[in-house]
Amino acid sequence: MEVRVQNIRKEFGRFPALNDVSLDIRSGELIALLGPSGSGKTTLLRLIAGLESPTEGTVYFGNEDASRKSVQQRNIGFVFQHYALFRHMTVLDNVSFGLTIRPSGRRPSKADIRQRALELLDLVQLSGLEKRYPAQLSGGQRQRVALARAMAVEPNVLLLDEPFGALDAQVRKELRRWLREIHDRTGHTTVFVTHDQDEALELADRVVVMSKGQIEQIGTPDEIYDTPNSPFVFGFIGQSNILPVRVENGQLWIADRSIGVSAQGEPDGPAQLYFRPHDIELLDGNGGCIAGLVTVTRRVAGTRHVELDIGGANSRVEIELPPEKVTSDHSRVAFRPTRWKLFRD
Amino acid sequence: MAHDGATTAGTGNTELVRVATSEHRMARYTLIGLALCFVGLFLVLPLAAVFTEAFRNGPGEFLTVLSDPETFAAIELTLLVAVIAVPLNLVFGIAAAWAIAKFEFKGKAFLTTLIDLPFSVSPVISGLVFILLFGSHSLLGPWLQHHGVQILFAVPGIVLATIFVTFPFVARELIPLMQEQGTSDEEAALSLGASGWQTFWYVTLPNIKWGLLYGVLLCNARAMGEFGAVSVVSGHIRGLTNTMPLQVEILYNEYNFVAAFAVATLLALLALVTLVLKSLLEMKYSEQIAASRRH
Amino acid sequence: MTARTASLWQFRQPSVIPGFGLALGVTLSWLILIILIPLSGLAWRSSALGWSTFWALATDQRTVNALRISFGTAFVAALINVVFGVILAWVLVRYRFPGKRIIDAMVDLPFALPTAVAGIALTTLYAPNGWIGSLLAPLGIKIAFTPIGIVFALVFVGLPFVVRTVQPIMEEIDKEVEEAAATLGANRFQTISRVLLPGLAPAVLTGFALAFARGVGEYGSVIFIAGNLPYISEIAPLLIVIRLEEFNYPAATAIAAIMLMISFVMLLIINTIQAWSRRRYGYGA
Repeated sequence: MEVRVQNIRKEFGRFPALNDVSLDIRSGELIALLGPSGSGKTTLLRLIAGLESPTEGTVYFGNEDASRKSVQQRNIGFVFQHYALFRHMTVLDNVSFGLTIRPSGRRPSKADIRQRALELLDLVQLSGLEKRYPAQLSGGQRQRVALARAMAVEPNVLLLDEPFGALDAQVRKELRRWLREIHDRTGHTTVFVTHDQDEALELADRVVVMSKGQIEQIGTPDEIYDTPNSPFVFGFIGQSNILPVRVENGQLWIADRSIGVSAQGEPDGPAQLYFRPHDIELLDGNGGCIAGLVTVTRRVAGTRHVELDIGGANSRVEIELPPEKVTSDHSRVAFRPTRWKLFRD
Repeated sequence: MAHDGATTAGTGNTELVRVATSEHRMARYTLIGLALCFVGLFLVLPLAAVFTEAFRNGPGEFLTVLSDPETFAAIELTLLVAVIAVPLNLVFGIAAAWAIAKFEFKGKAFLTTLIDLPFSVSPVISGLVFILLFGSHSLLGPWLQHHGVQILFAVPGIVLATIFVTFPFVARELIPLMQEQGTSDEEAALSLGASGWQTFWYVTLPNIKWGLLYGVLLCNARAMGEFGAVSVVSGHIRGLTNTMPLQVEILYNEYNFVAAFAVATLLALLALVTLVLKSLLEMKYSEQIAASRRH
Repeated sequence: MTARTASLWQFRQPSVIPGFGLALGVTLSWLILIILIPLSGLAWRSSALGWSTFWALATDQRTVNALRISFGTAFVAALINVVFGVILAWVLVRYRFPGKRIIDAMVDLPFALPTAVAGIALTTLYAPNGWIGSLLAPLGIKIAFTPIGIVFALVFVGLPFVVRTVQPIMEEIDKEVEEAAATLGANRFQTISRVLLPGLAPAVLTGFALAFARGVGEYGSVIFIAGNLPYISEIAPLLIVIRLEEFNYPAATAIAAIMLMISFVMLLIINTIQAWSRRRYGYGA
């Protein structure tokens, strides 16, 4: 089901947690809400769920105004950060819970509920563990029970709050791939909250980057990474260099030297140049480039990270080079960004 | 109200929904009402009754009744018993907590259970065991009689019975607290060259002082208020072996209600002071009192 | 020699902390003097009675009735305390209302108020001519001097046990669990009855056991309000006192031994349930 969030504002006391947030989620989409802590991403998720009510604004499920509905009526699936499994119930009872508490008119028969729960446990690869209690499961297994439980009610939308936050790195990676598979198989509209950019970029169809209660950018992982539209997104996602530059007649200048990058159509004046360490080309000339002395080099997996001192005020720059390109300390390296963006204060 | 999130704000165009983790207003008021009625009926009214009945004939008679020499003797005896029993159990409590909380040894769980034992024994049985031990039919009885040692129906018996019933209070308060604090502070002090006693005096004791006070408070309240055990061993000799609670019983059974309630007032005041101090300790030093507190 | 024994069977793990011998010595001596010798005296005395004598004393009708009244009223009172104790704990943990802090402190009153004082105060309230008793008397309801009066006294005595065991567990309830139930469609009543209360069950059971154990042995607060009619409202601890005053030590010993045995068995059962719950659900109380 498609979900629309329209002009939502949420205040806790006088503290604004969300400020005029609008978001369209297409049916069947897997969306990541990505941002640092305090950016309002969890609040947005809880507002969609109906666990919080907005100070202003509306949430639509399809064409229906869901803001008037309680959390119970919205029929959503929510996976909590710490899973919130019912510890006095078996795995099977946990998964069945949403169905067994329905009023008798809408409640499937006992056999059907059991059948459905077992199918879901099969889907999340926990067959055979249905009689266990949550205390007898590992973290990753609990996580999967929580997901099966949320899916049992055939939710309009599946909401996950930091779904992998409490797991160790290895399990995280496995479950990430696995969640994608489940999503592709079941086709639930899914929104998940994360502060981990790798998780968001790897898993989601679209990523919503949030900061300070506002949406900074919405886009596919490629769009978000390749064309960040704000200094925040640039800084928050991936590595980036920031250099103070000056625009003069469509050329970029650092101090009194042109760096050989043309910015046609940009008005003259000071600006900040953003570029990623790997979006560069090495040069050997003296003019029309950024040049600096190597201060530190580090080998990180398949690339070599080189830190340059380019002189001047904001003088540290990091670039990534192929590992076979060996540079000694204090040697001179010249380069030019190939993909970059200018932001003005 | 704590969970009352359902307040429509500003130009809100939505009808807001009740927060999922709170009850309906009516349910909330009903529960609060029930709880208050229950507390009123079982806790507040009895306390009110004590004070009202004591002052039924005015403050003058209240004071006259209290200045009765037998009542005065009962107060003295109660204080004497507490002054002996509480420090002894205090020393024991610290020793027991030190052994149990700071060391790992075989049979520790069993020892802890033994310390709790007096809690699960009826006060009357706590008194009975001393009758069986020191009574004239017992093994020790004739020997004691021959040497003119009077334990039962005398102060030593009352003290023993009181120590028995108040035995676990200090230890129980200190054990979880000291377990939680671990041994790293003591190890640090020892590594700096402190002796064992110095370590205890300058490191451990300051760490546990509020928990210790808390335990002593509860121990003292019980020591002064114990009825069943003391009643069995005291022999009810007026002016000699009657503690305040026993004096309350005697006066009450003689239909001397004002006097009974006057003495009861003093005990109720003791209880109130205990509660106030206890609440203050809990409010101010909650982390420095045992984490898991069960009486 | 010592070193070899230590490696085979180590009484305590080595530690740099001093004072183990002194502390354990003081603890054990005091424990043996004050608790173990007197209690073993009771055990010795009751075993010295011989089986047939013991059985005759135990099956005496007055004894049986007294035990039945003690355990029965303590059971009912503990049940009442479970219901109201859980409500009271809930109200104290979840709601804000004027006077809450005072109510919270008042819950411990039965711990601090001497039982004799509680006894005469409750009697004054619930006697037929008392504050509340006089309101109920015209309706034909009699509380004091009946087993109901005993139950009332035991409710007073046992209340803090339930509240103080349940309250901390309630405070730790993860709000996410309640929200999870709500997102799955559970209404508030379902959330409380099917998710929250079952989670509190071990704590409630412990509170019940403590209140019950206390109620069975309670003496001071009961004897004033009970009326103490043999066979009807005479509790077992009182019967022990009566037998002692008759210098009938064997009878007193037998009753005490039975009480201790039943209490011990009940605590054992409850501990077993707790251990089982901890193994299965990963939590107890």
